[in-house]
Amino acid sequence: MAYIQTYMAILVASLLVIPFLKVTWKGIITLSVVILNAILSGYLVFPALLGEKLAYVFQGSLVTGEIPVRIDALSAWFILLINFTVVTGALYGLHYMKAYKKQSSNIALHCLAFLLMQASLTAICVIQNSLVFLFAWEIMTISSFVLVIFEYYKQDTLKAGINFLIQSHAGVLLLTLGFIWVYYRTGSYDFNAISQFSVTYPHIVSLGLFFCFFIGFAVKAGFVPFHTWLPYAHPASPSHISGVMSGVIIKIGIFGILRMLQLIETDYMVLGYIILVFSVISGIYGVMLAILQHNLKKLLAYHSIENIGIIGIGIGLGTLGLGQQSNTLILLGFGGALLHVLNHSLFKSLLFYSAGNVYQSTHTMNIEHFGGLVKQMPHTTVLFLIAALAICGLPPFNGFVSEFLIYSGLFDGMASKEMLNLMVLLFSVFGMVLIGGLALLCFTKAFGAMFLGNPRHQFHSAPKESGTGKLVPMYMAALFIVAIGLFPQFFFRLMSEPLKLYSNKIIISGAISSAVSIGETMQNIGFGAVGFIVLGLLIFFIRRKVTAQKPKPILTTWGCAYVGETEKMQYTASSFTRSYRKLVEPMLSIKKRKIEIEGVFPVFGRHETHPQDKIEEFFIDKPWNLMKVFFGKFRFLQNGNPQFYVLYGAVFIALIIGFPVIMETIKKIIYFLNQI
Amino acid sequence: MISLVLIVLTSLFFMGIVVRTKSIASGRKGPGLFQPMKDVIRLWKKGAVYSKTTSFIFQIAPSIYFASIIMAILVIPFGQYKGIVSFDGDFVFFAYVLALGKFFSIIGALDTGSSFEGMGASREALYSMLAEPAFFILMGSFALYTGHTSFHEIFVSLHFGSYISYGLGTLATFVLMMIAMIENSRMPVDDPKTHLELTMVHEVMILDNSGFDLGLILYGTNLKFAMYGALITNFFTGSFSIGVSILIFLAVQFFFAVAVGILESFSARYRMGNNAQFIFTLTSISILIFFGVLLIMGKFV
Repeated sequence: MAYIQTYMAILVASLLVIPFLKVTWKGIITLSVVILNAILSGYLVFPALLGEKLAYVFQGSLVTGEIPVRIDALSAWFILLINFTVVTGALYGLHYMKAYKKQSSNIALHCLAFLLMQASLTAICVIQNSLVFLFAWEIMTISSFVLVIFEYYKQDTLKAGINFLIQSHAGVLLLTLGFIWVYYRTGSYDFNAISQFSVTYPHIVSLGLFFCFFIGFAVKAGFVPFHTWLPYAHPASPSHISGVMSGVIIKIGIFGILRMLQLIETDYMVLGYIILVFSVISGIYGVMLAILQHNLKKLLAYHSIENIGIIGIGIGLGTLGLGQQSNTLILLGFGGALLHVLNHSLFKSLLFYSAGNVYQSTHTMNIEHFGGLVKQMPHTTVLFLIAALAICGLPPFNGFVSEFLIYSGLFDGMASKEMLNLMVLLFSVFGMVLIGGLALLCFTKAFGAMFLGNPRHQFHSAPKESGTGKLVPMYMAALFIVAIGLFPQFFFRLMSEPLKLYSNKIIISGAISSAVSIGETMQNIGFGAVGFIVLGLLIFFIRRKVTAQKPKPILTTWGCAYVGETEKMQYTASSFTRSYRKLVEPMLSIKKRKIEIEGVFPVFGRHETHPQDKIEEFFIDKPWNLMKVFFGKFRFLQNGNPQFYVLYGAVFIALIIGFPVIMETIKKIIYFLNQI
Repeated sequence: MISLVLIVLTSLFFMGIVVRTKSIASGRKGPGLFQPMKDVIRLWKKGAVYSKTTSFIFQIAPSIYFASIIMAILVIPFGQYKGIVSFDGDFVFFAYVLALGKFFSIIGALDTGSSFEGMGASREALYSMLAEPAFFILMGSFALYTGHTSFHEIFVSLHFGSYISYGLGTLATFVLMMIAMIENSRMPVDDPKTHLELTMVHEVMILDNSGFDLGLILYGTNLKFAMYGALITNFFTGSFSIGVSILIFLAVQFFFAVAVGILESFSARYRMGNNAQFIFTLTSISILIFFGVLLIMGKFV
């Protein structure tokens, strides 16, 4: 209790103090408060991760009733990973924001919003009173909105921010609906009422309730087709915010889904199938569009959708495990999902920070303009490469571990040998493999076009490596990426308590054995990863020994005997993905503009592709336009004539007053008619 | 361990058999069986030319590519004997380690800033991406059939009983062979003997590699062939003794090499545009195997 009060006190004090400080101090104070609160909450929740449940009850007010704060292993897992990414984000942001030093008041707001975001994310993980939960959720949404629109004077940014705000509230609407439904039936705002509700009512009703919550949370998490705010919000916000947003804010949606799965009792098989299909589609669709993007941050944003899909496949698999009473599936599915949440928060924030480095030294995000950055920015290159390998799920990095867990789950799940189950799992395997392959295509494109080859564009000032201040938080994330890849068994053991929340829901048979065997497999993967690194170093060492004395002339790249400058003849990112684009063109909508080269001595030619989001066109733009047309019909009401507005007011008042009278009359008439 | 030794041994003359087969098919005598290996050794002894565009990525890429192949070979079992690395789901590890090698060979090619090498890299990335589902669904089918998820356990408990299962074995062999051809950029999708950069896939990626690195890459191809051959062999060596298994191994590798040679002698490369469709049909064959497994297990009745 004392910890929570201290936490609140520090937060409130810093919120009051920060606006009055000098710009340099604002950042430093914010950073120290973030770190302090992270340590405080981390210290408080760490025992919970090891199995000790903590519960506090706050008095609350007349409206909310008692506010239970329960910290279990699931909240602890999420709070710890949120803290880590928020701290790296703040560290990175402190140096990233130096470029905007002059906007003093804007930075003050930014700092406040950052602190509020951290606090509300933590609160969401522990508060178990629906009203207060929604309150915290709202603070989180608004503070992240403020963070996104830091560069509010750019029209695109503002647009993206408002898009985010509206869509988030569409999600809140569904959450509110779900909570009100539960309150209406049980008369309690406590989360326990949700499980009580789902036990008392038939499965189909609780399934409905779950989907109310699921869609509400899916908007935040970015499942297709509720993802459309994501590719706008990520590129618009400053890089550290994109990193934190993609790393942890969208994960809070996953937390909500996991929490609801833990609370709601329902027909888990149906649920599992639906989640799996949703997730596979999210994953494939996300990565399919990611490859075509020209804006680096937009590309990364679509990859967030893909990774949410992978996490969702894990969750769906675990849900199937709940339905089939299979502990192995629960461990592999939820374990893979939870670990991938952590992994994604690490490598995606790292990717966004690298993008930030590149942006601040070149002032563009267009992949086609980069090239050869490896020479000017070696640290950023290596960090981006590590993150890219990890996001592709390649060993020996962390992405492989979580994807491996999910793969194992998919293959193990086939043992149930029920036809529908098999088909869904086969579809999921197909989806996972395709996601992996496409991610590889996407990141070879991004990495190759940005960092390798020759520069494609003349920048005002030559790009240069970012300072140590920015690189330190990046190396912190990279360290964890490698650590999880090399010692997966340790992290799997850390997850055992969060996983028990789910495996306790079924009657356990052979629980310990499957946990142990997965632990052993994890250890083997760790050995494999270490072995691979040793092997690679060994071969490289042999190569160095053998070639040490050999001549190594430096010449130009082979160009069929052409030895001039080849910058313009390099393969571009678009041409790298051309054969892929040709393949998927029928499925996606890509706008193209082309000026063909003509004549014997062609002067000018141009080819542009603008990948569009087909689902956005269908789900957002089309209904929106229809709505516009419909409401346009009533535009005559708004004719700008004050007399008419007075008339509307009068009519309205008359209706309100006259309503009972009219009702009475109608009743009389009906009564009269009945008499006849 | 035994699979590693045998694969390395086979890799020494595998390409020699392919080349000899092609020579005989075109009416020439052809070089000795060890000539391709001698070429590789010659390359290992040479110095190398580097482009001034390249960075450290170009230096480490071939080594990592080669290491990934060795790592993948370590996973492969031999008959009753486990691979050096063996655990549940190790075939996922196998595929992903190979993908890591592919990642590095692609960025190695892009590092040269060449007008050609990106082309090959783009094609290679696309083709291997399309070939992956076939492998996973194939292994998934056998995992379903045997109830195990590691190479060793799958192959040990794989028994061919009915006619359908022989059919499945044949189809699986075909799929694996085609995957080997795609992964090694050989005939139906890529012609290693072509002389025009615009029509190459793998060859154009390694235009700038020379000396030791080129040797590593070429030897990697030999190893990869032998590796897939070993994988195919494992379908047939379930319960035989070690002596017989080794004989079967050598025979399978020999027939595999001859088949590659014959295929390359008598067929032409597909048009670039059609490759994607061709590779994707492999997935449908894999799905066919999956349904075949369901048929054997009586799920369709």
